[in-house]
Amino acid sequence: MIEASAAVNGNYNGGADASPDRTMAASPKPPLRKRRRFRVSIVPYLFLAPFLLVFAAFLVAPLVYALYTSVFRDMLVGGRRFVGFANYLRVAVDSDFWGGVSNLLFFGATQVPIMLSLALTLAIVLDRGALHARGLFRLGFFIPYAVPSVVAALVWGYIYGPAFGPFSQLARGLGLPPPDFLSDRTMLFSLANIVTWEFTGYNMVIYYAALKAIPSDLREAAAIDGAGAWQYALFVQLPMLWPAILLTIIFSINGTLQLFNEPYLMRSIAPAVINTHYTPNIYAYFLSAANQQYNYAAAVSFVLGLLIAVIAGAFTWATRRGGGASR
Amino acid sequence: MNDKVGFQGDGFNRRDVLKTAGASLAAAALPSMPAFAQSSVQLTLWSWLPNFRDQVDLFEAAHPNIKVNLVNAGQGGDEYTKLRAALKAGSGLPDVCHLEFQLVRSFEQLKALADIGPSANAHKDEFAAWAWSQVSDGDKVYAMPWDSGPTAVLYRNDVFDKYNLTVPKTWAEFADQAIKLHEAAPDVFLTDATFSDGGWTTSLLWQAGWRPFEVNGAEIRIQVNGDVAKKFAAYWQKLIDAKAIDAKPGFVTEWYTSLDEGRYATWITAGWGPVFLTSFAKKSSGKWRAAPLPQWDATKVASANWGGSTLAALAASQHPKEAAELAVWLTIDPKATELYTTKQFLFPTRKAILESSEFADKPFEFYGGQAVNKVFVESAKAVDPSFQWSPFQDYVNQTMGDKLGAAAAGNGTLAAAFDSLQDTLVQYAQDQGFTVKT
Repeated sequence: MIEASAAVNGNYNGGADASPDRTMAASPKPPLRKRRRFRVSIVPYLFLAPFLLVFAAFLVAPLVYALYTSVFRDMLVGGRRFVGFANYLRVAVDSDFWGGVSNLLFFGATQVPIMLSLALTLAIVLDRGALHARGLFRLGFFIPYAVPSVVAALVWGYIYGPAFGPFSQLARGLGLPPPDFLSDRTMLFSLANIVTWEFTGYNMVIYYAALKAIPSDLREAAAIDGAGAWQYALFVQLPMLWPAILLTIIFSINGTLQLFNEPYLMRSIAPAVINTHYTPNIYAYFLSAANQQYNYAAAVSFVLGLLIAVIAGAFTWATRRGGGASR
Repeated sequence: MNDKVGFQGDGFNRRDVLKTAGASLAAAALPSMPAFAQSSVQLTLWSWLPNFRDQVDLFEAAHPNIKVNLVNAGQGGDEYTKLRAALKAGSGLPDVCHLEFQLVRSFEQLKALADIGPSANAHKDEFAAWAWSQVSDGDKVYAMPWDSGPTAVLYRNDVFDKYNLTVPKTWAEFADQAIKLHEAAPDVFLTDATFSDGGWTTSLLWQAGWRPFEVNGAEIRIQVNGDVAKKFAAYWQKLIDAKAIDAKPGFVTEWYTSLDEGRYATWITAGWGPVFLTSFAKKSSGKWRAAPLPQWDATKVASANWGGSTLAALAASQHPKEAAELAVWLTIDPKATELYTTKQFLFPTRKAILESSEFADKPFEFYGGQAVNKVFVESAKAVDPSFQWSPFQDYVNQTMGDKLGAAAAGNGTLAAAFDSLQDTLVQYAQDQGFTVKT
């Protein structure tokens, strides 16, 4: 949808732009053209300036500082020492870091497909319109995203509670052993459940907006061609949604590898499972906050950022080839 | 999150602190005001103690030329993170700050604390000996003792009666009672051993005679997995394996409910515990009692400390004399210190209050009329002053909680966790430039 409209705009605007330019080139007054060119080239940057300033001050500068920090080692005894890439070499063989990464890769591989399929299904059902109080459902699905994560952690902490949680009480009432949602083995699934609850609605809204933008004549054309609801969803809606799906996948990869809030908050009720290196971001946080290993924390953060860029990049590259060919 | 212990150490409702947090953030955002007159000095004081303004007002009344800007920079770990950031930046530091006992050595290592010996040493004998030993090094004094947490046990009288349990005097008796209770009621536990909490575990090890660190300049001796630790690990491992005790984290909803509902029959706690318990265990009011901590050797009474804090003047202060005066005055003035125990319910470190019958003999409805402070005052007398903290104590607490907590939850054994803790700490100390002996 996005690409389609861009193409349409591109054609029309491109045509409109091209002709004055060509007449300009033929014009016998070069000074005017020069002035115009200059003005044209500076104006967009003036508009961008507020963003660029904030971007430079709050993103580029800290990144540069972190990079600078990461090649030193501050010690309680002996002070600061330049160590070159030593911190990075240490990350490369740090089992705590890679343990966190593998936790998250497993987490992402199971949670992201479930969450996105759920979001897609909900969006298509909402879009179909065979539903009363559609606005209410749409809002209901989206609300978990608006719940502050501290509140969410309290709610889920109660639900998962091993002694007084509703599931434990129910199990005990039925004479069954209470389920342990907070053990070593079940924690990733319990977290995945929370994240799915939080972000399904968010992704659904993205899909729903994209579905709304599909021209209704396509539906009519499909109906005339004899396509049923399933065929329409599978062969018309799904391909049209592809850019939106791609976007949400990239968001999810990014969000998964940076997972921090949910496990950090669950740490208070399950500190024995969620240790200080449960996810790479939690690791970096504890390295700098309590361990006073700021330099190493900076190196860990950089490697994590690099990893996210590589995985997201590889994914985009792989799907562009596949997706591009099919369209 | 797990820095809770530290801030629980003052025995007050966390909600109060949340209420004040917004206001203090706004205050922190304002630039410090210039002094009105040449003779007037403006000091910044960081503390998370609720309603502290009352005592600060008393100080200002007694010192007309000193104005104090009181800022709540967060509790425990949150404040320390900000302190470290300010130390690194070289600006934005307060003149005086709230520090828990266990962190004094760590900030001294960063050369952040001023030696206030000249004004503090005169008051040395006014404080419990162990508390003074934690803040001083010979004649050098790095912080003023403020409140403390001598350890003891709070127990459910009704649960003890129901299952015919006796209050254990030794740890051996404690284990017998735990197993007896478990056999009678598998869903009720004699206690919850919160091994994921490094501070709690440290206090019990302290009582057992554990002396893990010895610091001498750039040289440190680390031995966390010696004989004491091994005996301690074997003792608790047996109870964990028998499921005779629970090993879930403390200070979370499940834990509060378990104490209030009588699912846990005891809470092994500290001087700030009795008042803190009343804030959440509403249903079980009147059913609680206090008893001394069980002993390893019935003939040698030993105790330990869990939590409690100090006031420290910072070395970077522009007004070292006034900063030292602020830290000293707020911890020795009779009126101000009395207010801590009657208003904020801090457990004192000052002998004058510890030894007063007004404090020790005060009956508590919640504890069936028992004078619970007396139990803790007795405990304070038996705290061994020879215990030393490491110069990187928040790392130690965190790592200890991680490793022992995982073992107590069934992931390995406590003994193996102590060994792994030893290796990790040695590695860390070496990375930080210390010469390590074991």
